[in-house]
Order: sequence, then structure tokens, then C-alpha cells
Amino acid sequence: MYFDAIAKIVSERTGCDVADVKPESTFSELGIDSLDTVELLMNLEDEIGIEIELDQKVETIDDLNKFIQSKQG
Amino acid sequence: MLKDKVAIVTGASRGIGEAIARKFASLGADVAIVYAGSQDKAEAVANACAESYGVKAKAYKCDVADFEATKELVSQVKDDFGTVHILVNNAGITKDGLIAMMKEDSFDDVINTNLKGAFNMIRHLTGIFMRNREGCIINISSVAGIMGNAGQANYSASKAGLIGLTKSVAKELAARGVRCNAIAPGFIATDMTESQADSPLLKMIPLGRMGETEDIAEAAAYLATAKYVTGETLRVDGGIAM
Ligand SMILES: NC(=O)c1ccc[n+]([C@@H]2O[C@H](COP(=O)([O-])OP(=O)(O)OC[C@H]3O[C@@H](n4cnc5c(N)ncnc54)[C@H](OP(=O)(O)O)[C@@H]3O)[C@@H](O)[C@H]2O)c1
Repeated sequence: MYFDAIAKIVSERTGCDVADVKPESTFSELGIDSLDTVELLMNLEDEIGIEIELDQKVETIDDLNKFIQSKQG
Repeated sequence: MLKDKVAIVTGASRGIGEAIARKFASLGADVAIVYAGSQDKAEAVANACAESYGVKAKAYKCDVADFEATKELVSQVKDDFGTVHILVNNAGITKDGLIAMMKEDSFDDVINTNLKGAFNMIRHLTGIFMRNREGCIINISSVAGIMGNAGQANYSASKAGLIGLTKSVAKELAARGVRCNAIAPGFIATDMTESQADSPLLKMIPLGRMGETEDIAEAAAYLATAKYVTGETLRVDGGIAM
């Protein structure tokens, strides 16, 4: 479950309240473009100490959460 | 000028790549020398860079056309040098032939080394550049990619492809502090052009002579430090493609 870590990084990045970041929130409504998502993932790698290679498009916070979980096996 | 920078130069065992690696080392950069088969030459270039300029230099064998191998290369260089600031995609081959007779392999091999090789390297280094919020990519294209050249459909396509790649990458990564430019050399005296020493095209060079590898190295040094230049294709061709 990486939701909390993602929400934290998103809020740091955009300045929004952590509570406003919901699983169903899309990155675009949070003001994060696709290249930002790549960067966000890099921050996340540093934060949770895993290496993830984003090789598909993710639209929502939950997509990203599930993507990371799937890569963690 | 390039002190504390780390540069990867592909195809740096001889020719233009060697001149670029030596030039960057002379400006203070640490250099990773990538080669395909000429181990002795590549190691000689690395030793010369280290001894003449007191920089760190190491030779790496890697086929740039191989996606997994380039991934491994980048992680090896990162381990050895700490990070990377400059990438020069110089590795390139020709397999000339008229389009009516060109073998499928000749087309694929040239595209895979010249164009996909550049993609592979950029792909694996982008993460490092983005994290650093700094990066400089220089793709060695060719005037053949601008003008076309009879007998070089595969090569010209790969080199024109590099120009499109350059512009797209420049647009995508500009906001992250990463610049991407191309150099389009004309006729430069190297192994690659040895067989063309009496080509009629040479008479069409306005500056009246073949270029030297040093001419391209100087252009690369300029682009490595030209902070306000991105997405550009710099012709260094004695005027032939104007
Ligand atoms: N010479 C010209 O007039 C001219 C004009 C326009 C553009 N260019 C471009 O400039 C670049 C350098 O040309 P050059 O004349 O210096 O060529 P060159 O003397 O033939 O040297 C080619 C270099 O590329 C390396 N290489 C080839 N295939 C590779 C692969 N699959 N993986 C890794 N390295 C590989 C070679 O390594 P090994 O030594 O190990 O084989 C060598 O270091 C090329 O991209 C070429 O298309 C040259």
C-alpha cells in the first residue's frame, strides 16, 4: 500500500492538502502532467527505497498505487 | 570549462568520437569511452585522456543497438563515475547500397545502431538527467540526413531520424534543465570516409576541403556549454548543405 506515500509527495509537489488527494483523483486534476508523474515516481523511489520503471501511462493516484504494487510482486 | 562533468561518448574508440572524448577531457570532463569491438583503441583513448588531462576515463564495450546492454552500461557508468551530465550519441555505421538493391539487413542494422542506439542511450539516461535537473545530449547526425544522399537511403533515414528525435527530446525535457542538440557533419576524414577520398561530392564543398575530426569536437564542446541552445542541428560541413 503506497497510497500514503504517494499522497504525501503529491501534496508536497502541488501544495494541496494531503486530505484532498483521493485514490480516484486524476493526476491532471491535481495539476500534474505526465512528465511530472515520471519525476514524482523518482521522488517516490527515494522515499520508499524501491526502484520502479514507469513504462505505462497512469491516470489516477490509484492507478499508480496499483502499478507500484504490481511491480513489487 | 567542463570540470566536474561526466560525459559518455559512444563510438569513441576512433574517428569523430575519439576527438570529442579527447576534447571533453582537455576541458576537464571525466569521460566514459564506449566502443563496439576495438578494445585496444578504446583503452588507448581512455589512457591518453587520463594521462594528458588528469581526468577519470574508462573504456566500456557495449553494442548501442542493444536495449538491455545499454541499460547495463548506464548503470555501470553511474556506479563508476557517480552520475552523468553529458551524452554524445556518436556511434554510427554505414551499409551503403542503392535502394533498388538494398538488403533488409542493411537497412535494419543502420537504423538500429544509428537511430535506435541513440534512443536507447537517451532512454536510460533521462532519469539521471531529470534527477540532476541538468543534462546535455548531443546527437551526431549528418548532412546526409538533411540533403539525402544517393546510395545511403538507410543512413540518411537514420540521420534524419536523429534530427526529429533531437527536437522532440529537446521539447520534452527543456523544462527539466536538459538540452538536446544535433551536429550534422559534412565530409570528415575518418575510417568511415576513407573510401570516398575522391568522391565528386568533395568538389562541391564551398570551403574547399574535407573537415577534420577536431572541427566536430569543437562544435561538440560549444554545444556542451551553450546554455541557451536546444533543439538545434548545427551543420559543420564546410558549407556543403546550405
Ligand atoms: N566521417 C564523416 O564524414 C561523417 C559525416 C557525417 C556524420 N558522421 C557520423 O559521425 C559518427 C562518427 O563517425 P566516424 O567517421 O568517426 O566513424 P568511424 O571512424 O567508423 O567510428 C565509428 C565508431 O562507432 C563505434 N561503433 C560502431 N557501431 C557501434 C555499436 N553498435 N555500438 C557501439 N559503438 C559502435 C565504433 O567502435 P569500434 O571502433 O569498436 O568499432 C567506432 O568507435 C557516426 O555517427 C557517423 O555517422 C561521420
